[in-house]
Amino acid sequence: MKRFLCELSESWKIAVAQMRSNMTRSTLTALGVIIGIVAVTLMGTAIGGIQVGFDKSMAIFGDDVLYVGQWPWKNVDDWWNYRDRKKIKTEYAEELNRTIAMTPNSDLTIAIPTSSVYRSVKYTDSEVNNVLIRGTVSDYIITSTFDFKEGRFFNELESRDGTNVCVIGYDVADALFPSASPINKVVLINGQPFKVIGVISRQGSFLGLFSLDSIVVMPLPAFQKYFTAKSEAEILVKVKDKTKLDDAKDELTGLMRRVRGLSPEKRDDFSINEQQALKSTLDPIKNSIAIAGLFITGLSLFVGAIGIMNITFVSVKERTKEIGTRKALGARRRTVLLQFLIESTALCLLGGFIGLTVAYLMCFGIGKAFPSFPIHFSFELVLASIIVSVLTGLFSGFAPAWTASRLDPVTALRYE
Amino acid sequence: MNKLNSDMTRPRGPVVIDIENITKDYVMGEEIVRALRGVSLQIHHNEYIAIMGPSGSGKSTLMNMFGCLDTPTSGRYEFNGKNVAAMDDDELAAIRNREIGFVFQTFNLLPRSTSLRNVELPLIYAGMDPEAREERATQALVDVGLGDRIHHKPNELSGGQRQRVAIARALVNNPSIILADEPTGNLDSKTGEEIMGLLEDLYSRGNTIILVTHERDIAVHARRTVHLRDGLIERDEVGFVPKVESLAMR
Repeated sequence: MKRFLCELSESWKIAVAQMRSNMTRSTLTALGVIIGIVAVTLMGTAIGGIQVGFDKSMAIFGDDVLYVGQWPWKNVDDWWNYRDRKKIKTEYAEELNRTIAMTPNSDLTIAIPTSSVYRSVKYTDSEVNNVLIRGTVSDYIITSTFDFKEGRFFNELESRDGTNVCVIGYDVADALFPSASPINKVVLINGQPFKVIGVISRQGSFLGLFSLDSIVVMPLPAFQKYFTAKSEAEILVKVKDKTKLDDAKDELTGLMRRVRGLSPEKRDDFSINEQQALKSTLDPIKNSIAIAGLFITGLSLFVGAIGIMNITFVSVKERTKEIGTRKALGARRRTVLLQFLIESTALCLLGGFIGLTVAYLMCFGIGKAFPSFPIHFSFELVLASIIVSVLTGLFSGFAPAWTASRLDPVTALRYE
Repeated sequence: MNKLNSDMTRPRGPVVIDIENITKDYVMGEEIVRALRGVSLQIHHNEYIAIMGPSGSGKSTLMNMFGCLDTPTSGRYEFNGKNVAAMDDDELAAIRNREIGFVFQTFNLLPRSTSLRNVELPLIYAGMDPEAREERATQALVDVGLGDRIHHKPNELSGGQRQRVAIARALVNNPSIILADEPTGNLDSKTGEEIMGLLEDLYSRGNTIILVTHERDIAVHARRTVHLRDGLIERDEVGFVPKVESLAMR
């Protein structure tokens, strides 16, 4: 073992000396690996960025909330079976809450009715189209993860009375009130006036697909007065303990079946959704993007590896006599193999470090120039890049190193 | 005192190299070249032996056998009582590392390494600690008269100095034999004589030296000369005619 470490450190010294004495060649060869590592690392940061954005988007839904709706949050092949389901009604929430209150040790805390529709929002001459208008109750705030930029959420009284007040999302506020505060201003939705009492701080977008800030939230009775047509209801149910999500789900299923009056032989005609299920639906898509991206960028690293392999072969050929001398002096096959493996690995590591630095600077630049671009430079990524560099070195150095270790000492010594 | 007489009276040491009827065949394309056709020889501890012969006589092949760089096609080869013919590559490497010191015609120093690093090389392969290694290597360089050149690289040294580094490298592991293959072939005659003087010195300190050469002038330094021809031993002469210069070298 000690002898092995000794050989290892010696081989390392030789490798560094070798790189120094062939500076131009080493740099050019390392360039291939540098480009490869930059490509792979940038891809990695992009994937990391997507992951972070994904998690952030998922967090919006809360991991302790169940969503009762007509449709499940996944692709279904038999969509016609879901289409004909009875609509979910906001009144279910009251029934659920009554039962929850009567059940001791219930795993559920509270059910919140919501109903949503898309409409445009107007203020004087400005108008924002396709805004998600959502009617709900004051307890909605319990299940949500957002903060307020200014103002407040509507209170229980406003909620019950259906006062024409509303809370608007960041994008809506930004579009309608670019310079002034929206608080206490009156916006028109479907021709009806609503007083703005709060602005939700920026939420970003869901997977970059649609903005979560293009939203208006108002008391449910007010919503029902003006927007019942084409609206879609969903019941949000907060669970007591998120580690017992499955128990809570079972309990809720039972309650919902009772609310719907389903006989035991009938199948559920509603879907109970949760963040986790959505995640497991979207994960494969995300993963295949990541795999495809890494595969394509990995090809450039592979080209770099071939460059290293080539130069190591040249190095073995050039130093045939040296290999012969080393063998005459007692270098074993393993020693020679190790030496050339370390040389190619050192070259790849050099490329890896330079590549990482370049990638880091590029990420930094991109981050500065486009703050919304999802990039995420992590320690794991650095570690992974270094490991990939080492593996590339071992991979590309193996064939030449093997050739070198198998050289016959007599022939090698005679080589000119 | 006459050196010849002192050598004759000196008791013979234990056998280091014992070969019996060894042959070596090479396949060269379609043809089989029989480089050695049955050579038997014993070399004792603290002998100074020259292997002579014209090119194609098999002396290089025999040297490769002695150096454990190659194994015979047939025959028996024992090195310090160990059967070399049956050894695998790594065992041969270990023997070369510990028992044999090579001195090459072309010096074979690592061009980018200092004298010290070059001399350290066999000790590295032997797995010695860095401190002990440096001490031993420095001492070996001092022994060959290069104490002031330990941090020089080969291209900063003269031919004779390079060969001295190579000799220091051959000595540093205290090998059983020193195998010198045309050690003066790339040197002018004056420097060559100096190197031969150094080998003489090593011999007198108890080392076993095997000299491979085709030059009679060089071979006369040895106490015993084996003449090879066509893969067979032609003559095995024990005898020494001291030359005035070589004695003066001492």
